[in-house]
Amino acid sequence: MSILVTTNTKVLVQGITGSFGAKHAQLSIDYGTQIVAGVTPGKGGQFFEHGGKKVPIFDTVADAVKQTGATASAVFVPPPFAADAILEGADAGLDLVVAITEGIPVRDMVRVKRALQGNTKTRLIGPNCPGIVTPGEGKDSHGGCRIGIAPGYIHKKGNIGVVSRSGTLTYEAVWQLTSRGVGQSTCVGIGGDPVNGTSHLDVIKLFNADPETTGLIMIGEIGGSAEEEAAEWIKKNCKKPVAGFIAGATAPPGRRMGHAGAIVSGGKGTAAAKIAAFKDAGIGIAVTPSEMADTLLKMM
Amino acid sequence: MNIHEYQAKQLLAQYGVNVPYEIPAKSLTEVRPAAEKIAASGSAKVVVKSQIHAGGRGKGTFKSGFQGGVKVAGSVDEAVGFAGKMLGQTLVTKQTGADGRMVQTLLLAAGAKIKKEFYLAVLLNRETSRPLIMASTEGGMDIEEVAEKHPEKIFKETIDPAVGIMPYQARKISAALGLKGDLFNTGVKLITGVYNTWWECDASMVELNPMAVVELADGKETVMALDAKISLDDNALYRHKNILEMRDLNEEAALEIEASKFNLNYIKLDGSIACLVNGAGLAMATMDIIQHFGGNPANFLDVGGGASKEQVTAAFKIILSDPHVKGILVNIFGGIMDCNVIATGIVAAVKETGLKLPLVVRLEGNNVAAGKKTLAESGVAIITGDSMADAAQKVVKAVGK
Repeated sequence: MSILVTTNTKVLVQGITGSFGAKHAQLSIDYGTQIVAGVTPGKGGQFFEHGGKKVPIFDTVADAVKQTGATASAVFVPPPFAADAILEGADAGLDLVVAITEGIPVRDMVRVKRALQGNTKTRLIGPNCPGIVTPGEGKDSHGGCRIGIAPGYIHKKGNIGVVSRSGTLTYEAVWQLTSRGVGQSTCVGIGGDPVNGTSHLDVIKLFNADPETTGLIMIGEIGGSAEEEAAEWIKKNCKKPVAGFIAGATAPPGRRMGHAGAIVSGGKGTAAAKIAAFKDAGIGIAVTPSEMADTLLKMM
Repeated sequence: MNIHEYQAKQLLAQYGVNVPYEIPAKSLTEVRPAAEKIAASGSAKVVVKSQIHAGGRGKGTFKSGFQGGVKVAGSVDEAVGFAGKMLGQTLVTKQTGADGRMVQTLLLAAGAKIKKEFYLAVLLNRETSRPLIMASTEGGMDIEEVAEKHPEKIFKETIDPAVGIMPYQARKISAALGLKGDLFNTGVKLITGVYNTWWECDASMVELNPMAVVELADGKETVMALDAKISLDDNALYRHKNILEMRDLNEEAALEIEASKFNLNYIKLDGSIACLVNGAGLAMATMDIIQHFGGNPANFLDVGGGASKEQVTAAFKIILSDPHVKGILVNIFGGIMDCNVIATGIVAAVKETGLKLPLVVRLEGNNVAAGKKTLAESGVAIITGDSMADAAQKVVKAVGK
């Protein structure tokens, strides 16, 4: 099994005609993901063609869902329009909206999060995230569900769950696992922004409940306290081995380290505090990012 | 983005927040008329405040030896005298680091007789994803210290973004600060204005420290923002042209400004090992691993998902303009990008910049074998690392020699 998406999940792409959205829609189609629709307001009725496939484009997400049965979306629209796109996906009743867009104003996300409060139908992942991959069974994990911008071929179908705020660190962990012959159930990038739809803890709970996920890698970074919250829950409830890595031990306080959410402010959100919480929860600490997979495998 | 105190107060005033009568001055010729206007307003004192993007100004010291970045003058002449010792001078405070910051603007303000000082701030509570107002009766102090020693003295009110600040919430805060009578109502108006400034301007933080009850020249008391600090959400600046104009490039590191022109996310640090990485998380982790193996990172540098030849060349030039740099670690996980394209870019950048320092490259991902071959056959001295750990150890060793 997997979490959030299976290899059969029907995916639509919001912003499929933009250069970024188009490129990654093509890569997802190449990977074997069921990209069933695109949405670009004003281009309804046209088609997105790639690799012999004709993906219909709709003016609204609601239309796309109605016509194609899509249940998940990848949001690639530019920051000023992203909040609108996310809420349009929720309004259309999607199960999953994955917001890849980087640079959405915090205030917009505060409003989105408020608007989604109490919405038990739609889960938002991101924004500012690499997305989600459930690897397939083909060569280089072909046939999997790839929503977002992660390189598909680095994955391998298997039983490890990966959750991270950082894109490249996710790829790093996944590649370490795959290089050791160890596959993944699902890999989730929750994004580097201070306000996001799904937290480490949300994903950890899903992995814990997934019978086919047997071990977890949780990658965090400075800023906020989401890692500490997840660690506290893991300590009490998680029966599966978890290895963790926290980036940003050397980051100067008060500076945003690339990600909008990666900032130590007022002495809060330090790597030291997060690592201490991990240790307290029995999470295996990867001392360097080169040891993420090995740390987990030693625990299993 | 951060803005100066005087700019913060201009924004706050637009949202109905009471601020002292004050005038910014960028040169000595502007100082005297400004001080005269303030004296003419009935204020016996003229406060001269250095405008830099750092706290601790009052207790700071100029490199000239002159003490204090904030001075209270008893006359216009004295104010002009202080200004002469501050403008164009470098102020060192506990927040500036040893290099200090050059004072290029002064704020001249009417003196205020402070009766009571408070702390008031609006920020994002990341745990609830909602705005949070923090207020304390312990104003004019380091709020982190108050939070640690007297958490009961910090009053918190969460705002529902769907409705914004409600009057009752501002009343709760005003009451918690112990304001009474007319001051209570003035406090409510100020608190509401501060919240609205935060929301409407897309601020990440608005902080008044202190907000104060002051006695005016006519003996009446009022509540006002005596000092103010605002930092803004960079991602929202596109919709605030007026605020974007407040950007002061003098307050930003020259190399960071240069990097931003190439869409490079660069932050200068104090170490000797520069790094060039794709992805923010991996860039942080690269700094960490350099330190783990005994080195010191010279910078954070995220070249983003692409890492084109132009970007890598620009990145090398920026890295090399830091005289402390003794070696470079390039760490690229080429997920989608072809590693060979990246390798070609690195080789071209090395040749173009005439790099002489030890360079360790760790490439991983798509078409990595061809990338490594390109590096090996390039004829330039590049040390390759097999893993992040291997690369970090090699660069630390190379620099240590």
